[in-house]
Amino acid sequence: MKAWVFGDNVDTDAIAPGRYMKFGIEEIARHCMEGVDEKFSRTVKAGDVVVGGRNFGTGSSREQAPEALKHLGVSALVAESFAGLFYRNAINLGLPAVVCPDAKRIRPGDELRVDYAAGKITDLTTGETLRAEPIPPFLAQLIRDGGLLPHLEKRLRTTS
Amino acid sequence: MKQTLAQKLVARAAGRRSVTPGEIVTCKVDLAMVHDSSGPRRVKPMLERLGAKVWDPKKLVVITDHYLPEYDDESRKILRIAREWVREAGVDNFYDKQGICHVVLPERGHLQPGMFAVGGDSHSPTGGAFAAYMFGVGATEMLGVLVTGEIWLKVPHTIAMEFDGAFGKGVSAKDVMLFLIGRFGLDGGQYQAVEYRGPAIRKLPMQERMTLCNMTAELGGQTGLIASDETTFEYLGKGEVWNGDPDAPVLAHHRFRADELAPQVAAPHSPANTRPASDFSERIDLAYIGACTGAKLEDLRMAAQVLRGRKSRVKLQVAPASLRDQQTAEREGTLKVLLDAGAELLANSCGMCAGYGEHVLGENTVAISTTARNFKGRMGAASAQVYLASPYTVAASAVTGRITDPRGMLQ
Repeated sequence: MKAWVFGDNVDTDAIAPGRYMKFGIEEIARHCMEGVDEKFSRTVKAGDVVVGGRNFGTGSSREQAPEALKHLGVSALVAESFAGLFYRNAINLGLPAVVCPDAKRIRPGDELRVDYAAGKITDLTTGETLRAEPIPPFLAQLIRDGGLLPHLEKRLRTTS
Repeated sequence: MKQTLAQKLVARAAGRRSVTPGEIVTCKVDLAMVHDSSGPRRVKPMLERLGAKVWDPKKLVVITDHYLPEYDDESRKILRIAREWVREAGVDNFYDKQGICHVVLPERGHLQPGMFAVGGDSHSPTGGAFAAYMFGVGATEMLGVLVTGEIWLKVPHTIAMEFDGAFGKGVSAKDVMLFLIGRFGLDGGQYQAVEYRGPAIRKLPMQERMTLCNMTAELGGQTGLIASDETTFEYLGKGEVWNGDPDAPVLAHHRFRADELAPQVAAPHSPANTRPASDFSERIDLAYIGACTGAKLEDLRMAAQVLRGRKSRVKLQVAPASLRDQQTAEREGTLKVLLDAGAELLANSCGMCAGYGEHVLGENTVAISTTARNFKGRMGAASAQVYLASPYTVAASAVTGRITDPRGMLQ
């Protein structure tokens, strides 16, 4: 659950560059964040947490941005604020996006535990507990179902 | 309770008399739009996985604009999927090679004041210029709409941007947006509804209003809105009045004097990195007039006002935002002015704006562009430097080979 820390206004062209959009998610993920941190896609580990400043994910509607992060094993996103469209995309893909006003207190490499439903982030490295906005229950359910697609699958199964 | 335009539009779609900012509602979608990149190639496999069909094919519009012209196996495949899928899904509203979705959609009469619409593209707030609530969603969320015909929404607050008086010569909607984004930042819109008001806005033609709402994406709003009026009805040939109640409470109300606004330029690598054009004199290698936000008929006319009888000293590329706009520009002589100035004509598609296709920025190229975003690497090489500006300013800069305030060329 290691933290990867980025700054303000990280845009979708940095997260998932447009020139790779014609490819599948595997190829896109290989170039994830390459404009900001060349090593990221090669060294990020399953379960790691991406931490941003203000307006994380600004720009395009391409959901390959959160999808690439998820594909690389990122388990949660924490930021002071998210671009609205990116936020919806992340949740719809089952990737928790947690708004935390104190996100800037998190240092690169800190061990984090993220409780998105309760709105609580524990920094195991510093021992600090950071308060975050709890994800509303109906969106938390989407995340638990694995995203909107499996959620719809479940809904269609139960209604038919 | 007094309601803003945004509240009225959301309330209607939610089947309610009124709604309160902050509450979460479910809205019925009147219209969904997707393009070749976010549309069929992404939603088709998901629909198949669910064994579901499009809830109402008449309410779906599919427009190809991202991977045109096709230039390799991947782009050919993406377009082929789009063309085949519209037939399978029974979608009649299909526009292939007709131009960029945000311009084609209203041009072909799909938007009406009062509608609630979603688009599979971040610049979907463009539709708000017609007093429709329209915003961008990703492919999975679009799938949800295509299956259920509904979407959830947190009822937005309204941020009012009011402009008194009238904009000066050589000042356009693009300058307004670069100014506002510079002033309030990429998250200034706080994912709320941004409503453009005031006498200076009322005087703007429809496509200039579209530019305001379009770049609400870069301002960080969920949508941009403008109340409908005679200008709207004239463009659409019909329409209802949709506006907010006077004195409906808003989150913020900013007032500006339109005549004080000068042409603006956003320096690399952010649309918020804005200063007056007169502060700049950088040499450029390329001038680009393209994109939904910067190459509509009105944009081409602005560029032509500057370029009439002049030559570009640098490479000048023009990609008209729609085929119909290009044809009108051809008929009225606007296009000839651009070509006589040395412009190279590119396809009616997103092209370089989003780094798609064969025409992208090479290493270390310095460009001035009418597009919406100058994030590092977006339009091509990461070493390229992109300045954003209005069609007037891009045209004036092409003539001098340096970033230039266009007002001296509009006497």
